[in-house]
Amino acid sequence: MIQDLLSPAVLAGIVYSGIRLATPYLYAALGETIGQLSGVLNLGVEGMMLMGAYAGFYLTYRTGDPWLGLLAAILMGAILGLANALITVTFRAEQGISGIGVFLFGLGMSELLFQKTLGSVATVSGFPPIRLPFLGDLPVVGDLLFNHNLMVYAAYLLVPLVWLVLNRTTWGLKIKSAGQNPAAADALGVSITRVRYATVTVGGILASVAGASLSIALLNVFQQNLTSGMGFIAVALVYFGGWSPLGALAGSLLFSTVNALQNWIQVLGIPIAPDFALMLPYVLTILMLVVPFRKARQPAALTKPFERGEG
Amino acid sequence: MRKLYLSTAVLIIAALFLGACGTAAPTEAPTQEPTQAPAPPEATAVPAEPFRVAVVMPSAINDLAFSQSMYDALLAVQAEMGGPAAFEIAYSEGMFVIEDAAAAIRDYASQGFDLVIAHGSQYGSSLQEIAPDFPDTSFAWGTTVDTFGLPNVFAYEARSEQGGYVNGVLAAMYSRSGKIGVIGPIETGDAKLYVDGFTAGVTATDPEATVATIWTGSFSDTALASQAAQTHIDAGADVLTGTAQMVTGAIGVAQESGVSWFGTQSNQASLAPEIVFASQVYHWEVVLTEMIALIQGGTLGGQSFAIDLANRGLVIERNKDFPVGPDEHLQFALNETIKGIVDGSIVIPVGE
Amino acid sequence: MGKTSRFLSPTWLAILTPLAAVVAALAVGALLLLALGVDPVAAYASMFQGAFGSLNSVADTLVKATPLLLVGVGICIAFRGGMLNIGGEGQLIVGGLAATAAVLALRAWPAWALIPVGLALGFLAGAAWGAVPGVLKARLQVNEILTTIMMNAIAIQALNYLLRGPLMDPEQVSKGSFIPQTARFTLAADLPRLVPTRLHAGFLLAVIVAILAWVLLWRTTIGFRIRAVGLNPFASRRAGMRVSRYGILAMVLSGALAGLAGAVQVMGVNHRMFTDGSSAGFTGAAGFNGIVAALFGLLHPIGTIPAAVFFGGLIVGANAMQRAMQIPSAMITALNGLLVIFVVSSDIWRRRMVQRQQKAEVASALGAASGAEQAAPT
Repeated sequence: MIQDLLSPAVLAGIVYSGIRLATPYLYAALGETIGQLSGVLNLGVEGMMLMGAYAGFYLTYRTGDPWLGLLAAILMGAILGLANALITVTFRAEQGISGIGVFLFGLGMSELLFQKTLGSVATVSGFPPIRLPFLGDLPVVGDLLFNHNLMVYAAYLLVPLVWLVLNRTTWGLKIKSAGQNPAAADALGVSITRVRYATVTVGGILASVAGASLSIALLNVFQQNLTSGMGFIAVALVYFGGWSPLGALAGSLLFSTVNALQNWIQVLGIPIAPDFALMLPYVLTILMLVVPFRKARQPAALTKPFERGEG
Repeated sequence: MRKLYLSTAVLIIAALFLGACGTAAPTEAPTQEPTQAPAPPEATAVPAEPFRVAVVMPSAINDLAFSQSMYDALLAVQAEMGGPAAFEIAYSEGMFVIEDAAAAIRDYASQGFDLVIAHGSQYGSSLQEIAPDFPDTSFAWGTTVDTFGLPNVFAYEARSEQGGYVNGVLAAMYSRSGKIGVIGPIETGDAKLYVDGFTAGVTATDPEATVATIWTGSFSDTALASQAAQTHIDAGADVLTGTAQMVTGAIGVAQESGVSWFGTQSNQASLAPEIVFASQVYHWEVVLTEMIALIQGGTLGGQSFAIDLANRGLVIERNKDFPVGPDEHLQFALNETIKGIVDGSIVIPVGE
Repeated sequence: MGKTSRFLSPTWLAILTPLAAVVAALAVGALLLLALGVDPVAAYASMFQGAFGSLNSVADTLVKATPLLLVGVGICIAFRGGMLNIGGEGQLIVGGLAATAAVLALRAWPAWALIPVGLALGFLAGAAWGAVPGVLKARLQVNEILTTIMMNAIAIQALNYLLRGPLMDPEQVSKGSFIPQTARFTLAADLPRLVPTRLHAGFLLAVIVAILAWVLLWRTTIGFRIRAVGLNPFASRRAGMRVSRYGILAMVLSGALAGLAGAVQVMGVNHRMFTDGSSAGFTGAAGFNGIVAALFGLLHPIGTIPAAVFFGGLIVGANAMQRAMQIPSAMITALNGLLVIFVVSSDIWRRRMVQRQQKAEVASALGAASGAEQAAPT
């Protein structure tokens, strides 16, 4: 039984499913990484994901066009991101707590909108899987890596993009300086407010798109509490990934792959209580960090609002 | 400081905007009409005092599962009894916090509702405390068989293993690969009964077939349910079933892969007409009408009810749009299985 | 406006600012209600009535406030020690489970022995659940937000496992209904009722705990060190304190109080443990709402007492409003979110005014002397 887990078909299934369902974590964790690097913690990712999932679903349902849905999710994310920037940057609210407010708001509002505008659970045809020309015809990897829908590909393409922006552009430098030493950055003429507004807004957009990736690409449904905790996991994965896009990628893949593994444990009838199998991704994520290797330090000014000398 | 005022204004405007898009959008087609809407004047003679029912439910009334099955049943009873003027419905949905549900039950009872339904087995201990305080109010609790020996508590349950068994028989006959996947929340209560019945139905029909079950540990984790469905399909399953509101995620995956689906609790064909073969649908109105008749006759509780295939509280609803080809043998098996369960010649083992 | 603020003491500001924010949030909520076609005045009247309108509703509010207060006091301690504990949900669950296991095992015990044992076990289980993120943070620099989120999920699965297996009511198995709940506790395990309502002694206990926490934080050296470590770990280390030890202690205490809240909840309200596959079914999201209550109370244990009552009333009242007006419960959740956002955003006004006052005082003390422009502490 246990050796069945190592059969090629099962491994392929685990990898495919892991890649696929890492998508929402990846979008959300990348957005959160950018925000935290600039010094802002967003615990409200879950609420933003739900709002984005709703917005994307609604427009796709009404128009039949997932691209319009995606656009709606991006707009929704921008609005929520700006509002969150207002709360955390301008009002300097305690971020650990304002995030809970954003979460509750998104949880309730998405469900309210859903009830009032759609009423009952329905499906849409979202982004279909696209087998990439040439790459998709490769043996084994073609099926596993190059036969996904557009939003999956885009999530993975975002990783190098975010890495480049953070590590090879002055923008990246400004973001990190806003999170490490805002006073010094400010003295050098960097507008901390502007930088953080930008990162928090981008974070909102990515969280919202993460939700839409569920409702119009992976699951193609919307219902109450669709994300059920994924947004919080995404925040945890940022710590796991040590504030690097590659780390976020590793964390997202680890988490969704172990979940896929856990499903296979149950399908193959391996005698482990399902409850314990279900604990695996959470336990492993903690254990991975207990192994003492080089630890990334968190941005020095994380959760600390910036105030220049006198207001 | 001025900037701060400006920003406050912006925040409030943003909140208003979000509020507005929440509500300005037109209420469209599939929405159920709010039951509190003033009733149009009825031509038929209605009793001066309407029968008032309140229900407390753990999930949303549109969950296509447990809560919706009760809400739809109440609407059906309402239609039968002559509309909102004769039959008033109040509901509290999303009461997954037991304490809040208890407050709601108590409140509805003190408002003088004739029947207060605690639609969730987790509400039992609260009801046990509340019901004796309101001896003139009738309570109903499900799904369970336990009335606590109280004279004003009805119990109701669904013999979901029966429809599970029928679904299992059909699934075994329909499957070509002989591999069938089940997705469940936690191995307890209604979900356990359904899954045990389904598994028994499959193995009784095709001993060679394998049934694999994945429990997600949650009633609402749609993404996990979808991953579970994907895993079943990767493992070769060509027929899936599942219970709890999260299965919408699994149905989405099944639809994408063209794998057929057996539903339970509510009719799930509306979600994916091409793949839903049949659904076991809960028609609580069967027991509700019995209870209401008893209440009107002065009996406020003390009995327990079950919907099952025999009293047609459980109905296997075939999906007319499902492309099945010549299906006389399936329809025959369906009828025979139901007949067998009803007359007792088929005994379904549950809870090993 | 600077002039009026001079007449408000910081304490009044601390009370009035969040209240103003609540009013603003309710105003936005009123617009939402209008859009839903509900009369906001009637709705808010039913909300107030539901929270404080009768003896029973006050009792409900205090019952609701009890776990918020216990968790909130724990949040104050953790926060003062430089930790953000968002693992309250998991700690509540393990606390409730430990108390349940004890109470079910000791069916023959009398109340005077059983209740303390049950509460103590809940306290200890919560402490253990809080110790894990505390130790991992202090010794291995694993962020406590990550650990607590994961530990919440682990606690839910443990709960599911125990309630569909070893702890399931034998009667559920024999009747074949398999409801995931334990047997009802013996009556000896019920926390005593204070007045003939649902109000149980757990609320008094929570108030006492809040006072003890205040004593601990502001009247003992241990508390001083916890606060010092939270304020400035580097200076504390230089002063010879074992920084990691006090960080762990703060997290352990925080977890322990959430665990105690779980035990109080199960012995005072539910009288049995159950699961619906989520944490909120049992906790009522007190693990999160307690954080909010602590914030309302300015992260001070004594301030958290009225804050928890206020927030408990909001939740109870909002549910009553949902029933009276038949509005979707989702609206209530959204309104709660708005409340938190508005209150947490309003704190800047309070800080600004306090700052302004201090500056004015400094200025008047120094007369018109130059150089009075000092950075006032926030």
